[in-house]
Amino acid sequence: MREIRALIVDDSSVMRKIVERSLRQAGVESLVVFEAGSGIDALEVLKARQVDLILSDINMPSMDGLEFVRQLRGQQLAAGVPVVMITTESSEEHVKQAIQAGAMGYIRKPFTADQVKQRVLSLLPAN
Amino acid sequence: MSLNGVRQLVQQDGLGSSIGEGKRRMTMTLRDSMQVVSDPENVDASVYEVFGTMLGVECQGAQSEDPVSAVSSIESVTAVVGFGGILSGACVFSCDAGAAQQIAGLMTGMEFASVDEVVKDGIGEICNMLAGAWKSKVPELSANCGLSVPAVITGCDYDLHVQAPEFKLRHVYQFGEVLFKVMIVCDGLL
Repeated sequence: MREIRALIVDDSSVMRKIVERSLRQAGVESLVVFEAGSGIDALEVLKARQVDLILSDINMPSMDGLEFVRQLRGQQLAAGVPVVMITTESSEEHVKQAIQAGAMGYIRKPFTADQVKQRVLSLLPAN
Repeated sequence: MSLNGVRQLVQQDGLGSSIGEGKRRMTMTLRDSMQVVSDPENVDASVYEVFGTMLGVECQGAQSEDPVSAVSSIESVTAVVGFGGILSGACVFSCDAGAAQQIAGLMTGMEFASVDEVVKDGIGEICNMLAGAWKSKVPELSANCGLSVPAVITGCDYDLHVQAPEFKLRHVYQFGEVLFKVMIVCDGLL
């Protein structure tokens, strides 16, 4: 698998580290991680960086994850880049909202590295 | 700290705004489901799930005194995540400073000598996941109850007061030497 550049969006720095560790445990060995603490920060990162994958929390201050994905798709930033939501919100309604906003996957916290592997690896370019 | 403040934050964030028809439909059913909503086993299951999955530890219910208020001269950490929507209230997680450092250490693989920003962040996330796991046990709550971002309080000798809650679930757990308390407080139910 070639190098993967992932943007991890979460207001918790601890959770960003856990997501990064889970990606590595899932088998993404060559990984470059960019981090953002809110949707607004994430949009700024994407104006300057190209990424292969975006993993985003939903419940964040300033701009939540759903609004971030809507703006991402609306602004044609990171076109075609898969977005996976990682969040404590797990109802069908939340999943539906995420998919409608433009997300391609959904992982509920708490999560295991196996769940990250199942839901994320198939979306990566090498696959 | 008043839970009303947390609830207002949730409502201001619009987290309950997608309720719409569902809210009106649930008006009768959630109160009718009080036994399910206030089932203490849901708290236990949430704690075992979050700590087992994210920290790799097996927690047990503890018969101990409240690990925080019993030692009010010792620094403690309390995280609060508010509920808004068809249920208002909060999930509250409390432990002493040493326990908070150990929990954050297990989450991050780092060692901590004090309750720094990373420790507070980690405890806030634990509370966030507990709140999410707890509400996911009741389908009506899962879809129609929003969560606030976590607030974390540190210090000694403080009290969390809730005026006349609908119900309050308070459990103490432990793994190894680490003791912590989880409270679910409901101060409004539609």
